[in-house]
Amino acid sequence: MTSYPDWWKFLFGRLTLESFPYHEPILVVTFAVVMLGGLALVALITKYKLWGYLWHDWFTSVDHKKIGVMYMILGVIMLLRGFADALMMRGQQAIAFAGNEGYLPPHHYDQIFTAHGVIMIFFVAMPFVTGLMNYVVPLQIGARDVAFPFLNNFSFWMTVGGAVLIMASLFIGEFAKVGWLAYPPLSGAAYSPGVGMDYYLWGLQIAGIGTTLSGVNLIATIVKMRAPGMDMMKMPVFTWTSLCTNVLIVATFPILAATLALLTLDRYVGTNFFTNDLGGNPMMYVNLIWIWGHPEVYILILPIFGVYSEVASTFCGKRLFGYASMVYATVVITILSYLVWLHHFFTMGSGASVNSFFGITTMIISIPTGAKIFNWLFTMYRGRIRFELPMMWLLAFMITFVIGGMTGVMLAVPPADFVLHNSLFLIAHFHNVIIGGVVFGVFAGIAYWFPKAFGFKLDRFWGVLSFWFWVIGFYVAFMPLYILGLMGVTRRLSRFEDPSLQIWFVIAAMGAVLIALGIACFLIQIGVSILRREQLRDTTGDPWDGRTLEWSTSSPPPAYNFAFTPIIHDLDAYADMKKRGYQRPLGGFRPIHMPKNTGAGVIIAGLATLCGFALIWHIWWLAALSFVAVLAAVIIHTFNYDRDFHIPADEVVQAEDARTQLLGRA
Amino acid sequence: MRIFRFLAILPLISVLGGCQWVLLSPSGDIAVQQRNLLFASTALMLLIIIPVMALTIFFAWRYRASARAAYDPDWNHSLPLEVVIWSVPLLIIIVIGAMTWMGTHLLDPYRPLNRIAPGKPIVEARAGSSGIRKQPLVIQVVALDWKWLFLYPAQGIASLNEVVAPVDQPIEFRITSSAVMNSLFIPALAGQIYAMPGMQTKLNAVINHPGEFEGFSANYSGAGFSDMRFRFRGVDDAAFGEWVQGAIRGGSTLGRDEYLVLERPSEREPVRYFRDIPSDLFTAILNMCVDRAKMCTRDMMAMDAKGGGGKEGIHTVAALEYDKSVRRGGQPLPPRPFVMAICTPTDVYGAAGLSARAFN
Amino acid sequence: MMAQATAQAAGTAPAFYVTEEEHAHPGGSTMLGFWLYLMSDCLVFAVLFATYGVLGRNYAAGPSGADLFDLRLVAVNTAMLLFSSITYGFAMLAMDKGRQAAMQRWLVVTGLFGLAFLAIELYEFAHLIHEGATPMRSAFLSSFFTLVGTHGLHVTFGLIWLTVLMIQVSKRGLIEANRRRLMCLSMFWHFLDVVWIGVFTFVYLMGVLK
Repeated sequence: MTSYPDWWKFLFGRLTLESFPYHEPILVVTFAVVMLGGLALVALITKYKLWGYLWHDWFTSVDHKKIGVMYMILGVIMLLRGFADALMMRGQQAIAFAGNEGYLPPHHYDQIFTAHGVIMIFFVAMPFVTGLMNYVVPLQIGARDVAFPFLNNFSFWMTVGGAVLIMASLFIGEFAKVGWLAYPPLSGAAYSPGVGMDYYLWGLQIAGIGTTLSGVNLIATIVKMRAPGMDMMKMPVFTWTSLCTNVLIVATFPILAATLALLTLDRYVGTNFFTNDLGGNPMMYVNLIWIWGHPEVYILILPIFGVYSEVASTFCGKRLFGYASMVYATVVITILSYLVWLHHFFTMGSGASVNSFFGITTMIISIPTGAKIFNWLFTMYRGRIRFELPMMWLLAFMITFVIGGMTGVMLAVPPADFVLHNSLFLIAHFHNVIIGGVVFGVFAGIAYWFPKAFGFKLDRFWGVLSFWFWVIGFYVAFMPLYILGLMGVTRRLSRFEDPSLQIWFVIAAMGAVLIALGIACFLIQIGVSILRREQLRDTTGDPWDGRTLEWSTSSPPPAYNFAFTPIIHDLDAYADMKKRGYQRPLGGFRPIHMPKNTGAGVIIAGLATLCGFALIWHIWWLAALSFVAVLAAVIIHTFNYDRDFHIPADEVVQAEDARTQLLGRA
Repeated sequence: MRIFRFLAILPLISVLGGCQWVLLSPSGDIAVQQRNLLFASTALMLLIIIPVMALTIFFAWRYRASARAAYDPDWNHSLPLEVVIWSVPLLIIIVIGAMTWMGTHLLDPYRPLNRIAPGKPIVEARAGSSGIRKQPLVIQVVALDWKWLFLYPAQGIASLNEVVAPVDQPIEFRITSSAVMNSLFIPALAGQIYAMPGMQTKLNAVINHPGEFEGFSANYSGAGFSDMRFRFRGVDDAAFGEWVQGAIRGGSTLGRDEYLVLERPSEREPVRYFRDIPSDLFTAILNMCVDRAKMCTRDMMAMDAKGGGGKEGIHTVAALEYDKSVRRGGQPLPPRPFVMAICTPTDVYGAAGLSARAFN
Repeated sequence: MMAQATAQAAGTAPAFYVTEEEHAHPGGSTMLGFWLYLMSDCLVFAVLFATYGVLGRNYAAGPSGADLFDLRLVAVNTAMLLFSSITYGFAMLAMDKGRQAAMQRWLVVTGLFGLAFLAIELYEFAHLIHEGATPMRSAFLSSFFTLVGTHGLHVTFGLIWLTVLMIQVSKRGLIEANRRRLMCLSMFWHFLDVVWIGVFTFVYLMGVLK
């Protein structure tokens, strides 16, 4: 390495010309493709003069619906990145046998599996789940926005900031090579001196702040802003599960923040929390990170359980079976999810009694989860099932998820875990519940609420194709991993000796290709649907004969959601309204009080991201400057008291009359 | 526990049980019992999972809209059904939970074995008794970057990336790591357990069939992780004796200085044997004071238990920095003044150690 | 809130929406939201306390709390923070009576107490570091500096917030938004007091008087 002069080190910290991986062909090609794509996008936006529209109507918007949509878009973009990592791993493992090194050296492969895990959990699953909650919850509870609209915008941009840092690591420097939870001492300064770990820490820290604040926001929304008549036991199940998820977020993400902060201090200041030196204790980190980490999986799955519940009752044309037990099951899972974290490291050598305790609490979680499965099952009983896309995803989920649940209980038996821990069996298990649970549910949710958000349904042909590619691809990709796990193959290996294993890895790689086709079909589905939007148009606002309040508005809903706040008499509020002869109000509209858009969220989050980047590269002057700038921007923002406005009555009249006409035509 | 034996002979095994499915057809008694627990819990859960899957498909087909089957849009509650859907899983979990409690205690890796195999209990070694030997073979395991060192204290030898044990002989592994977390896993023998720096874990196990089995690290530990493999060989007593003799004859010396060289990161190390091993080497590794300039963590903890080293101890820093600076990509730390522990045993910080420090 | 039935179709159908729009409550959820934030912050401190609980005896053959802490200094420091809580309480009372000038005076007093607290803490830290008892010296000192320092950082941000609010009140008076903000800061300030009592008890008292 050439040595750089002091002024360079002052100006650019650790950043040097060697930081750019121009000698790695894979990355150079990726960079070129991303750059060309980015330039094309910028050119198109400029050509059609969309910058103003994007800025005023989307980036600075405090409308929960637009923020929800932006979360979903972020999720899709990051899914492409995370899945590219998955394909590369599958490719490497399929060829790296018996002396063949494959095409990825450990230096690169280890970054990929770390990035894959981090991206899929934090920047795919979380944005998808948060996006759905953001879009749907206010509509379901009859509110006009969330409790803190500006905070919502800011939370979103913080999540984007974290994602930007993780993506930047692809082309500037490197990413961490430590596994997605970055156990010390390996992730400490002594064994991971590079910038990769710092990208990890600051990326997650910045995104985590956004997630915590969005959790606070949605709890306050659900607790305070429900329409009159909607008491707790009349809340839609999705709103219930969202409430529980956000309670989990607020109760666990601070733990993640503090834990990462301690590791950051170890790396930056030289403290000794998780080092081998001077009395540090790395196992403390493992405990702390899993106290966050286990509830995190329930943060992902609970709202998706809510999605399935909505889908089940809508497409079975029937009230959900066992609403009360569904709610209690959700609450029980929420509480129990705190009492199981140690099952992630039975093999650390805690005593048999400790291990048994955590093993058994883990199994107990399967009881309420099982009750949920039965509730969906008996919702189908004596229903009238329409096999629209969301319902298909629900069925695929029910069949797939029980397998994941079963392998989960197997892993919860400590002596069995001693042989299965860290094996590909474990990998198969959690992909089984995350793909079979969360991802299927996200697609169900997208297919279900897309017409609400955009006013037209998604194309069925491409959706069905995507569905089958995903489902079959999942089984082809992950059943071999179960088998390999039982053969004693461990995770995170970049090459193998035993050639008899290769066939299973090749099959798994084919499965990954099938899933890739599933993703491609999904993107085509979106494109085709946009082109065919006139044929797919939903004029009613209620394309599925829905049962909850969001279906009582137009598709897409007006900025103010409801011209008049609804009053709720029944659990399935809109089904009840339809049954009892509800008439849409046609007059008497008033001005509606709404929050104003603001650019402060984008600016503050952007400055925070810059600060993170400067800290990663040890550019201290920039870090200090951007930190002060963040503070200043926050303070200046608080001097703005002019934060809301009224939508004038005649605008409301216009919007409502347009809908009346539309409904008349239908 | 009779159910285990029943399940162990499920025809499933013969279908799946090629020698490749090592977790399903292991060669050590502990791993066999772990496998049985796996089968038992799976079978119990299938009791509920198969009906659920079947019902899902059946209901989906039976109540499809085009079938015009019975339709009852307001039916949403049934107390008997609710009782069933909560209590059946509960019962199954109670059974699995009981199995878990017993199994976890019986198969606790720290617990000395009470049997060699089913029907072969370990008896007290009385004179004239036909019982099986009770004293376990102690093997001390050190996870290094990125290879495995096995010390045989009773035999006075050590081996790198190979571990050999007599068949039907209880083995007690004492496990630690030199720098980062690893996990010792020999699937054919028994479940895994973490190897952690500065800490000791234990694994009691026995191999019942002779043969060569694969062992490896099951916890990602850095760039050389994929090649961190070793052979585990189960042999008869005579062959074990020969193997030990071979190591004594052909092995090289492994003192503290040699260990500090061996400890440095390397990949794909060939099998090697060592002899003339200081009896306190493993203790020194465990206490991170092979380098004699370092204070043993044991001594540090003893001082801490008495309230620390006081303000006089403030500058005892270099002796307590155990992370390997070479792996930081930096230079070895310059020597710093430090205060010796009051309770250190003699000859821990000899002059020889200071020269060895240069490696570290 | 009044709800009128608009039952055009069936006489039996109940009201399905509110026709008389409720008075808008901007910030009606702010107190709940701020409570939730405080609870999340409380968890950050919980982690730091837990870490101190686990690592607080790992002196690494170095000094312990008994060797380092000067309880008299910390007692003065604690008094500063407790007084600042009381004076903030007086400020809130003045706010309730609408006496803006009195409130501002109490806020200045609160800020001065807070500054004194910070100054004493910084003096303590500087003294420890000067002696060689740095955060890098042992796991005990790492967790000590982090726990106490995180509290100190909170106080610092509290002071910045206090200053900003005083400016905002002087510019706009005791309007509803400002009252709400003052209430939030009040909760924040008392929360820091509660945390400090934990720090004082578990770290200082139990560290010295064991």
